[in-house]
This record gives sequence, C-alpha cells and structure tokens, in this order.
Amino acid sequence: MINHSLKELSQMLAKKEVSSVEMAQTFLERIQKYNPQINAYITVDADKTLTQARAADAVIAAGNASALTGVPIAQKDIFCASGWKTTCGSKMLENFIAPYDAHVIAQFDAAGAVNLGKTNMDEFAMGSSNETSYFGGVKNPWDLERVPGGSSGGSAAAVAARLCPAATGTDTGGSIRQPASLCGFTGLKPTYGLVSRYGMIAFASSLDQAGPMAKSAEDCAMMMNVMAGFDERDSTSLNHPKQDYTSELNKPLAGLKVGLPKEYFAEGLDADVAKVVDAAIAEYKKLGAEFVDISLPNASLSIPVYYVLAPAEASSNLSRYDGVRYGHRTAEYDDLMDMYMKTRAEGFGAEVKRRILIGTYVLSAGYYDAYYLKAQQIRHLIADDFKAAFKQCDIIMGPTVPSTAFKTGEKSGNPVEMYLQDIYTIATNLAGLPGMSIPAGFSHGLPVGLQIIGNYFDEARMLNVGHAYQQATDWHTQMPEGIE
Amino acid sequence: MALNIPDIKRIAHLARIEIDDAEAAQTLDKLSGILSLIEEMQAVDTAGITPMSHSQDVVQRLRDDVVTKDNQRDVFQQNAPAVDSGLYLVPKVIE
Repeated sequence: MINHSLKELSQMLAKKEVSSVEMAQTFLERIQKYNPQINAYITVDADKTLTQARAADAVIAAGNASALTGVPIAQKDIFCASGWKTTCGSKMLENFIAPYDAHVIAQFDAAGAVNLGKTNMDEFAMGSSNETSYFGGVKNPWDLERVPGGSSGGSAAAVAARLCPAATGTDTGGSIRQPASLCGFTGLKPTYGLVSRYGMIAFASSLDQAGPMAKSAEDCAMMMNVMAGFDERDSTSLNHPKQDYTSELNKPLAGLKVGLPKEYFAEGLDADVAKVVDAAIAEYKKLGAEFVDISLPNASLSIPVYYVLAPAEASSNLSRYDGVRYGHRTAEYDDLMDMYMKTRAEGFGAEVKRRILIGTYVLSAGYYDAYYLKAQQIRHLIADDFKAAFKQCDIIMGPTVPSTAFKTGEKSGNPVEMYLQDIYTIATNLAGLPGMSIPAGFSHGLPVGLQIIGNYFDEARMLNVGHAYQQATDWHTQMPEGIE
Repeated sequence: MALNIPDIKRIAHLARIEIDDAEAAQTLDKLSGILSLIEEMQAVDTAGITPMSHSQDVVQRLRDDVVTKDNQRDVFQQNAPAVDSGLYLVPKVIE
C-alpha cells in the first residue's frame, strides 16, 4: 500500500479493499516505527486522524466519495488546523493550538482527506536544511547523515520514507522544490496567488505559496484539484477559473518547446548533477520535445534581491510575536519593552533573528530606496527575463539544486553558502511563476531533481510534462534502502 | 555599507530583540556576509524601472464595510499568555 499512487489508494477505498481507518493505521504505524529516527513529524494525533478516517469511511459507504476521500495526507506545520498544535517549527509557537483552519486544511477536509499529522520544518520556513527547526533536524531517508532540504523538510522525508502517501508544503524561495530534489520525489510550487495563504503562517507574503509534495506528477495534479482556488480571505488570491489539473496528464509531448537557460548550467553546478539533468533532457528529446537555448540575464541577482525582500517582509510579519496575544512569553521582565525584547530573544532561533535583523535594517530610515525599492525594481527585471524567455519556449528546464543532499552541519555555520541552495529556484518565486521538481536520477546514491518551470497558470502543462517522463522512467518509484 | 557592533545593537532594538555583546559580535559577522551579497544589487541600473510587488496586474480588492465574523474572543484567548475578564494582560505602561 505504501508505494501506491493517490489514484490507486482512492480506488482501493472505493472498492472497499481497505477502509480509510486501516489505511491511516498503516501509515500511523510506520510513523511510530520510523519517526523517532527521521523526525519528519512534529505532531501526530492518532485519535484525531482516526476520527477523520471513520468519517471518511461513512462518506465512502454512503457513496458520496470524491477523489481524495479517505486518503491520508500529511500537513506541513505551517498550516493552522483547528485543534491541532501548529508550531511553524518555532519555540515561539510551541504550545499554540490553532483556533481555525487554513484554507488549504479546509479544502482537504472538505474533500474528505484525512490529516495524518503535522510535519517538521525550518523555523518559520527559514532554511534549506530543516536544521533551524526548534524541534530538531530531519534526516534524509536516503542517507540519515544528510539533510532532507528545507524548509518543507519534514514533508519531504515523510514522502520519501513513505510515512504518508503525500504531503503539503510551502515554497518562498524553493522550500518545496529543493527538498523534492534532495529526497527524490515530485513537488510543485504553483503560480503565486493560485493557492490561498489564509491560515498559512506568514514568512514573506509576496513570495509564499503552498503546493503539493508527492511521489508523482499525477498525485500532485490530484492534490492541486483540492488546493487551488479563489479565496476572498487572502487579499492576493487570484480569481482564476477552477480547472482539472489531471485533464492534460496524458497529452503527447511532441512539439513541446523547452528552453534551457544557460545561466542554470554555468559554474557552480555539480558535474554529476549536470550529467543526470542532461540524461533527463535526452529522455525528453525521445519523447518529442524540442530544445532551445535561452538566457535569463538577471538570474544571478535573484539571491541578493530575495535576501532583501524576504527578510524585509519577514521582519514585518514576525512583529506580531510579542508575547501578548499568543505564543511564548518570557517568565520574568521589568516592563513592557523588556517583555518584548526578552520574549523575542527567547522565542526565535538564530536564523530567524538574523533575517528579522536584516529586514529591519533594510527597511530602516534612510535605506528603503537603496534596498527594498531597488530589490523590487530588479524583481521586475527578473520577471521580464522570464516573459521574454516564454516567447521562445513553452517550458523551461534545468537543475533544481546545484548539488545533492549535504551532510548535517556542513553548511549551518555559513548562511550565505546555505542560501546558494536556492540559486535556481528563487527566481520563479520572485517572478511569481510556477515551478516543479521531479526525480531524474541519482548521483552517488543520492537523488537529483529536474526543475520544470512553466508560464503563469500553466500547471496543467507542467504536470503533463512531468507525467510523460514518469511514464517513460521509474526514478519516481524508487525508495530509500533500509526503509521497508 | 559596513556595520559595527553599535549598529547591530540599534537594529536589534528596533526589532525588539534583546542581544548581548557576544551575540552581537557573532551576528555582525554573519550579517556582514549577507549584506555584501545584497550589495551586488547596487551595480544594476534600475532608473525608470517600476517596482514589482505582485506578479499579476491586480489591485487590492475592497469589500463592503460590514461585520463578517462572529466574536471568537474566548477561543482566541485560550492561546494568550495572560488574560483576565476577557482582557489581555501586559505590564503596567502608565504610572
């Protein structure tokens, strides 16, 4: 059961070969067995999960099931889920019980999916290794000495180790795609504004976007059918017509024009990762895709621009954690200012503090034009690069990450080196474009992802491009050794 | 721009984060690295370029100014560190 697709699990439930309760129990048992080692989940609540599963079984018995009814899904601990502890990987929210549901959670509930638990993540989604989590790092199931990537590292390890059939993630600079690449599965960051941010704890609001993390493009398509849609409670939600993301999965790729940005194959890309990506490109040629060379001349500015915009927005968003209305409050203090200062010094970890400080600095009096405004202007140039590129091609391909999973502790002392993990993924967040990573092979036993970038609202085509490859190859079905 | 320890302490105060001398020194080192990365932006000529905040050409939606939510104070206050009679408690701010 653990290797089945969402579609297969759905069919098993429909045919009554297995009940939703039994399915949830199978995964709960796996979590019990492997989570002490992998640390993919922060909160597991079997009673809550099984209550939802029993309700799903009743819906199935009544003949009212839809595609994901009864299927267990793990939720990144950034989504508020009513009655569930929702920590965002921070001491600040260690005991926070969400009083309402995020839109994404409500959509999965309405679809009858079962919440399997809340997955570990970098604190406030700030990190590329899951090492900044207050609840401890997550192990990469392919090599337990290595990181799973981040910030959606718990969801990533859970999908890779089959501790869930699929999971949700969020992606501000690569937090779905980079762990998908490092853990060898399929992850999609949709067009900015397609999935509501309501109830999703804010990091950098102009970049944050939720998306699916699953074994295959087909699974991601089924999840997108649940997740995408207009929500008036998110002021940046786009009123885009609902569509069926599975409808184009089986279209032939003949004539597909794929652009290869020369900047994504330049210095800094690991030679073995490049080989895997080249082999994937060769496979796509066999499938009928045509390739053109393109250029994204401002791509190298993505990281500097991101490390102005994201910390600036974070410093504003995280000002709400003041020890007054919810979250951690320091035990002893002299006055209100002292309470704020100590509460925030204790409640936030080092990386979160760094980003708040960077953001505070770039927004402070006299620096706004030189930093925030300048970054927003270059952001426009980066988006224009993609606009020009999509006149020459339908899809852009390249590596997701310059290298494979690194060892725990290897980069945690050097923030700038850590930030370079997202060098190929950040530009799409800045442009608001959808990006996906699919497993394309291995380098020294570690997974390598292929990044697929589409034009705005072109998720169905991207999923088609991913699915066609997954029909011709079996990288996405491979499972880490040592995990049964 | 190169930062120094007093800068770090001033920024930390603006951000309402207590920071001791040892931590300020460590932070200075890390922040300087990040800021030199950010400085790469300054080489780009952005004269006349419109700043971008949303990828789509959208405007902020407005709605009628009517009550849309029920009062959920009691539920929300369950997460509060200190409350009394429906009020959030903070240290005395007026003598």
